[in-house]
This record gives sequence, structure tokens and C-alpha cells, in this order.
Amino acid sequence: MFSYYLQLGWRSLRRNPVLTALMVMAIGFGVAASMTTYSVFRATSRDPIPQKSSVLYNVQVDNWGPEHIEKGEPPPALSYQDITALLRAHKAKRQAATYPVGISVIPDNPARLPMRQGAYATGADFFPMFDVPFLQGDAWTRDDDEKHASVAVISKSLNDKLFDGGPSVGKQINLDGRLFRITGVIADWAPQPLFFDVPNTGGFDDGASVYVPLTRAVDLRMPNNGNNNCVDEPKEGWDNYLRSECIWLSFWVELPDAAAVQSYRGFLEGYAADQRRAGRFSWAPNGRLRNVMDWLSQQKVVPPESQVSLLVSLGFLVICLVNTVGLLLAKFLRRAPEIGVRRALGASKRDIYAQFLMEAGTIGIAGGLLGLVLTGVGVLGIGMVFPENIARLATLDPILVLLTLVVSIVASVLAAFYPTWRAAQVQPAWQLKSN
Amino acid sequence: MQIVPILSALRRHKAGTILIAVQIALTLAIVCNALFIVNDRVERVHRATGMNESNVVAVQNRYVGSPSSFLPLARTDVQALRSMPGVQDAYVTNAFPLRQGGWSTGIMKEPDQRKNTLQSALYFGDEHMLETLGVKLIAGRNFSAGEVTSFEESQTPAPPQVIVTKAIADKLFPGGDALGKVVYYSRGKPSTIIGIVGKLTVPWIDSEFIDNVTLMPLTQNNGSQIFLLRTKPGQQDAVFKSVAATLYNVNRMRVLPEKYGVRTFEMVRARAYQADRGMAILMSVVCGVLLAITAAGIVGLSSFWVGQRRKQIGVRRALGARRSDILGYFMTENFLIALAGVIVGVALAVGMSQWMFTHFEMKRLSFTYLMIGVVTLLALGQAAVLSPALRASRVSPVEATRSV
Repeated sequence: MFSYYLQLGWRSLRRNPVLTALMVMAIGFGVAASMTTYSVFRATSRDPIPQKSSVLYNVQVDNWGPEHIEKGEPPPALSYQDITALLRAHKAKRQAATYPVGISVIPDNPARLPMRQGAYATGADFFPMFDVPFLQGDAWTRDDDEKHASVAVISKSLNDKLFDGGPSVGKQINLDGRLFRITGVIADWAPQPLFFDVPNTGGFDDGASVYVPLTRAVDLRMPNNGNNNCVDEPKEGWDNYLRSECIWLSFWVELPDAAAVQSYRGFLEGYAADQRRAGRFSWAPNGRLRNVMDWLSQQKVVPPESQVSLLVSLGFLVICLVNTVGLLLAKFLRRAPEIGVRRALGASKRDIYAQFLMEAGTIGIAGGLLGLVLTGVGVLGIGMVFPENIARLATLDPILVLLTLVVSIVASVLAAFYPTWRAAQVQPAWQLKSN
Repeated sequence: MQIVPILSALRRHKAGTILIAVQIALTLAIVCNALFIVNDRVERVHRATGMNESNVVAVQNRYVGSPSSFLPLARTDVQALRSMPGVQDAYVTNAFPLRQGGWSTGIMKEPDQRKNTLQSALYFGDEHMLETLGVKLIAGRNFSAGEVTSFEESQTPAPPQVIVTKAIADKLFPGGDALGKVVYYSRGKPSTIIGIVGKLTVPWIDSEFIDNVTLMPLTQNNGSQIFLLRTKPGQQDAVFKSVAATLYNVNRMRVLPEKYGVRTFEMVRARAYQADRGMAILMSVVCGVLLAITAAGIVGLSSFWVGQRRKQIGVRRALGARRSDILGYFMTENFLIALAGVIVGVALAVGMSQWMFTHFEMKRLSFTYLMIGVVTLLALGQAAVLSPALRASRVSPVEATRSV
């Protein structure tokens, strides 16, 4: 029966090629628009580190007070003095403070030009905490942090440029005229969204190719390459800047279970209360501890353009479906005499349902295939619509392919329900009489 | 035209009627909002900066190493750039319009004011700044070479002389007497307004104070500098190609980033408004396809109705209805359905716009766009039904006598 109905559907579709083409195109366009924009939305709203996102927490301390913050949300970054205190307390399993530094790498070969590289100053815990994959060597140690050691971790692409991809652990790298010993080479690691540095990157960035210890970077007064926000201008000089309430560092901790989270919350509150007693804060403790996904949603990393376009294209799909309902209705009811004959010859309502839903399914498959091609075109052309750093994240992977086909078949079968029901209601006697 | 018989006929085609009306309503809601977004973005993309944007080249430069002062390096570079063939003028700065990154600070009218009166972007430069940007003074004078000084990275910029935009002058001194007045960029450090320029925008495209710009006769002692060049007419491409080599010839210890090291101002503008242009393209395409699909849907259903009612049409024709009556019947029928759809659609469009306003901080839909949408869809409906209606009008009265 299945193949017979499929054959019937195919014949019927060929009978009105224009109407069929219209329905297939409506479904194809609707599905393609939705899937293309969905691919962007999926890329921007995904979990950058699924295996650990629930145990990694971003820490915020309210060192500005209600007068300078909006809607009670503490500043998105921390001041150096809070960072120092939190690092010293060491109340989490792992912890890392980070800030982007602006540096240039000077190649040993004098014939080569210096290269500007993205870099972060951070701590030894950063690498195991974020599961950063090492290709050679390892992270520097906590001891290196303590000793303010001149060590560095570099990325594969920088290692390719400087050492032709060869072993480089133990070799030196020249950063703005200062030598750092390489302890490890990591893969080109840049989880998207770049959750650990959203305030400076907006969430979508190439990531860094050099990492150095925060302690050393601060000694060398490596300039902050990210945002710096102050409520009061600091007094002149680096030391005064470090003592100021300017915020420019991010702080992440790893808390393996609920108890650890609970106790860290308590610690943060206690810290703020201490600062209040010491006279630094004149407001109630207002810290935040957010895991990766909560932090990304609070920072609104999904661009509004992505959400608006997804919504508009879903609306578009709905219109395409309404359109298909109308066209199917017209098509099915035009065949009322045929249905009358089939019913009179003994076909049950069930058979009519099966036949017409199959026909709709055929349209769904054709629409899905067209939608797939159009989605492919859409994903390729997404660079015209979204900025490059976001567009490159949208890909047509097997899941999207499958989803496109499923959505179009489900959509067309859904659209076919009402017309099919109407077709099944056809009274055979009335049809036969009027003929 | 008799409306009552049309309505009673429609009552016998509830499903089709509702489907067309719903489709028109949804299309209206989406098309209105999408067109509104398109227009909003297109307006943004074409927003003037106040600069004369042709023949401008921007160089993002970073010195390598940590010398005691970057100022001599910058000075030598600017000299080299000014003597390049094809270059009319050049200066060293921290930011420029559409750069998407810069420095802003509060301006105070009193030396010890607690809250800032207004926020302003700061552009550092020298006496060549106005000429290079192509900005005209509307009052006062330019900086003189002797007024140009430098400041350290950790200091706050607050020179004795500043040039401000008309927007700032008008907001600070509504009386129009800003020239010669003293304002404060840092507590206790007076700056006199020596000149006013007509319009110049901030480096950011999403700023709340887009026209508030202060020009300062300063160079910051910083490893990161921007060189802005005005080329002689027709020389932009030549300068764009040779400027990097010129700088590397002066001093190799620098980095000009690959992607955005050297850019013409057209590139700067394109980059700044990339997302807006993309959104405008996407929404236009969606609008176009959506209108086409809706039109196709109307054609499809109307054709079906015409086919279904051939016999009735034949009877009407036999009873004396003219072709134009039949044509008018279908046109009116479509108009009534579209009207119902449009009424629902207006409500939907406003609701959708309101929802986007609260969730995405977008502007509210204006009445004009609703009207454009309504007229477009009514016209679209009429155009789509025309061909089936014409076919209906050609049904011969003989059909009435046939049995099918």
C-alpha cells in the first residue's frame, strides 16, 4: 500500500506542476530561512565547554556600590586589589585571574618583522581548569606563579611561525624585548563563545596565542589590552593604578560540587563584609557567582541580530506553512470526485488519510531537499549578513542536515492534516450524484 | 457592487477565507517590521561622520619594545608620512569616527562638580587634525603648533585649549556663547574652548552621545598610535599601497596588524556597519520572498475557487451579468478578505514591534510603516487575484447548461 500511495502521490504532484512547485518552494524557502538563521543562533548560544560548564564559575565583586552600577548588577570585571585578595585566600579547587595584554613577538631572525599577537596574563590553574589541550610540554606551575617566573605557553600557530612547528619547550620567546621560557605548546584553542573573556571580546574572537603568568605581567607593567573602567580617576603611576578601584581583570574558579559552591558564596559574602568593616565598601555584600551558561546569558553574548533574524525566519516558516495548507486544501478538494469514487469502491477514511498524508510527505521530502540546498547556499552566504567572527561559526553539519529534512517533512505533514481531514469528509454519494 | 452576497458566499468557504486572511495578517506583521528594520539600518549605514571621507587612509600602528618615550618615534613617522608623495596632510591620534574604539570622558562646567554634565569622545592630534579630517570650523580658531603637547599614559588629558563640536557647545552653553568659555575634563584643570566644529561623530556607532566630540592638541606617550592621512585627490590607492613600506623604511620595530593595519576610510565604514548592512540585506530578502509566496498562495487558492465555481459563474453570466461584474466580484471578494487580514495584521505588527522593543531595545514601529505595509498587501492581493479573476470573467454563459 505504501508504495502504491507514494506512486499515487507522485502522479498527482505531476498533474499540477505549478501548484506542486509552489508548495515545494514555499516549504523549501521557509525551512531554509529558518535553518540558516538557526545555524547562527545555535553557534552563538552553544555551550563552549560542555564537559565542565557547570563547575566553572565567574566571580564578581561589587567594589563600586549602588551609585555607580546599573540595576544592582556588580561590575563585569574585578579590581587588582580584589584579585590579589581572592587569589591569596585560595578557597576554590582551581582559580585563575586573567587580563588581555598587548604584546608583540620579536622573531630571532632579524629579517622577519615583529608580530602582534593576542595574549593573556593568567595563572597556572587556567590550563587544567579550562581543559586547554597541550601538544607539547605542559602549563607552568603554581610555583612559577609564586616566583613571578618569565615563562610562557604559546599556541600551535605561533609555534609554526616561530619554530616551524618543531619542538620548542625550553626555548625562549622574545616578547617586546623580554625573554620568556616556553613551557608548553597548546592547540589553537579558542572556545566559542570565548566565555572566559566576554567583556573584552563580546564572546567571539580568535583567542590568544601567548599566555604568561599574571604575576610576571604585572611586574613588567604589561599594558592591559582590554577594557578598563574606573569610577574615579586613579592617581598617577602604575602602583596607584593597581591600588585603584578600576576594574580590568576577570576571575574564574572551579567548584566541583554544590557544597563547594555554597561555601564559596559564603566566602565571597564574608570577603565583602570584611571590606565593609574595613571601610572600603559602604554597601551590603553584592557579589555574584555564575556558571558558564549563566554568565554567557547575563552578558548577552547571543547577538540581538541573531535572535531577531531567527524569529523573523520562524515567522516566515509559519507563513509558508499557512500557504501550503491553503494550496493543499485547494488541491485535495479539487479531487473530490476521485475521492468519492475511491470511497464508493470501498476505501475507508483511514485509506484516504494515508494516501493524502503520503502525498504531503512527498511534498515535504521534495521541499526538504530544496531546503537543504538553499540552507547550504544560505550558510555559505551568511558572511554577507553576519560579521565574520560570527559567520564562520555557522556550519552545515550532519545534525543540521537531518534537522532540515525532519523539519520540512514534519511541517508539510502537519500542514496536510486539515486538508486531509476535509478530503476524508467527502461524501461519496454526493460526489457520485453530482457527476 | 453587492457586498452581502459575497459575504454569504464566503461563509461557505470558511477554511480558504481564513487561510488567506491569516497569511495576509502574518505577512503584514513581518513585512512591516522587517521593512522598518531595513530602513533603520540603511539610515545608520549612511549616517554622516562630519568628515570629508574620500581620500582618507588610516594606519593602526604599534611600536615594538619599551623605549622611554614613544613620542620621538611618532614624530618621525608623521614627518615621513607628510612628505610621502600623494599625501596632503597627516597627524597622529588615538581614534577617529567609526573606528569602534576610543576614549570618552565626562565634561564638567565647574572645577569641582561631582557629576559630569555630559560625556564626550576625545580625539588627540595637532594643528593638522582639522585639515586631515576635512572638518570645518564654524567659530573660533585652529590649534597652533605651539599649543601641541604630550601626556603620559597614566595621566588624564586636560589641555588648556580644546575644540568641541557644535553639539557639545549647544548642550553646555545653550545661549550660543560657548566660544572662549572654560570647561573641565579633569577636576580642577581648566580647558578653554577656542574653536567649534560643525559636526564630527564619536568612534562608536552605538553611542548615546554620537555627536559629542572634543579635539585636544595632545599626543599620548603610548606604543599604540593611529596615523590618519589625507591624500591628494586620486592618490588614495597609491598611498594605501605604499604607506606600510614607507613606515617600515623609517623603523622596522613596529606592527601593522594584518587585517586592519592600513585601511581606506571606505573600508573603515564598511567594517563598522557590517552587521547593519547584513541585517538590511537579510530582511530585504525575507520581505521579497515572503511577498512572493503570499502572492503565489493567493493566486493558487483563487484559481481553485474560480475552477470550483465555473458553473455558478456561467449561471450568473447567463442571467445577464457582464464580464466586468464577474471580475469585480472576485476582486471585491479578495479585497474583503485582505481587509480582514490587514486589520488583524496591524494588531500583530504592533504587538511584534512592541515585543522586539522590550526584548531587543529596538525602535518602535512607526505609523508610516504600518500604512506602507497595509497598502502593499492590499495591492498585492488585488494584483494576485487579477489573473484568476480575469479567467473567471471569460467563463462563457454556456457553462451554465453543461453538467460539469
